[in-house]
Amino acid sequence: MAESAQKKKQDKTTRQALAAIQSLSGSRDEALDSLIHERMRLGLISALAVNESLTFNELKEILATTDGNLSVHARKLEEAGYISCDKYFEGRTPRTVYRIAQQGRDALNRYLDHMEALVKAIR
Amino acid sequence: MQHLATFFVRFIFQPTLTTAFILQFSTARRQTAMPDTIPSLHNRAIDNLRFIRGTMERASTFTAVPGWGNIGIGVTACGAYLLARDKTPEYFLAIWLAEAVLALTIALASMSRKAQRQGQHLFKGPGIPFWRGLLPPLLAGLLLTPALAHAEQIALLPGLWLVLYGAGVCTGGTYSVRPVPAMGACFMLLGTIALTLPARGNEWMAIGFGLLHIAFGFAIARWHGG
Repeated sequence: MAESAQKKKQDKTTRQALAAIQSLSGSRDEALDSLIHERMRLGLISALAVNESLTFNELKEILATTDGNLSVHARKLEEAGYISCDKYFEGRTPRTVYRIAQQGRDALNRYLDHMEALVKAIR
Repeated sequence: MQHLATFFVRFIFQPTLTTAFILQFSTARRQTAMPDTIPSLHNRAIDNLRFIRGTMERASTFTAVPGWGNIGIGVTACGAYLLARDKTPEYFLAIWLAEAVLALTIALASMSRKAQRQGQHLFKGPGIPFWRGLLPPLLAGLLLTPALAHAEQIALLPGLWLVLYGAGVCTGGTYSVRPVPAMGACFMLLGTIALTLPARGNEWMAIGFGLLHIAFGFAIARWHGG
């Protein structure tokens, strides 16, 4: 009896969660932005969202990652127009500075909305 | 007849049995898998939100350290130096403890004003690690002061205060703008000198809490928003 009640409750939460996902954009695939769903890219865009700009080395330190890994993920976000990248020389030292673009900020906000809706629907 | 039986078994009975088995098995799997998948989705969503929050906190700098507030503290410290000059150790202690209370009031008021202006919260987000770094050394200073005063070692207090305040500013300043940890390092260096030359305690206090605060206060006010 108790098992049946628990099962019914779980079915209800399942329906609510799916409804939350589908209500956001019609289908589950469209709802989640796979580009920023990946951990490194999510971290990168979150760090840039709270700073006007961050250098390559600052991002590397915040995300505790390697040069190669960071540059690969940063390039993907840059190609999607989520972030912008400026390269210049300070004396003889090359500097790379990243900034979040409006498109990237919107994508992060949408992603946060999805996660919050999912958590609320299942609570 | 035999062909008919073979045909029945091969094309009607077996596929029906197989389909029934698959249907029953997949329904059973769906019934057990769905409730398990959704809590896992829920956990992953919470985990993702925590990750975003953690990254944002790590990436934020606590910019509410007040430049003008530091200058104010520096000026009152210079006043305390003038009041405590050539006085008894007990009077020196009383003056500088009163100055500490005044400086704390100026610091909290100016920090809260700057934080409000910048849309930050003093005790939330990047403010939390700042206080976590700053407070333990200050608390150590607060505990050691009566112990050293009771042991009649007041001459060692300026060096101790400068080193501990510097340590707090240095560790808390890791989460703030660059001049803040640099100021902490200067205080620690000055405190080390003060501990080796304790006779000039009042002067070291004036140089540290007075001049260093004024100098770094100008730098913070000029380049980091007031």
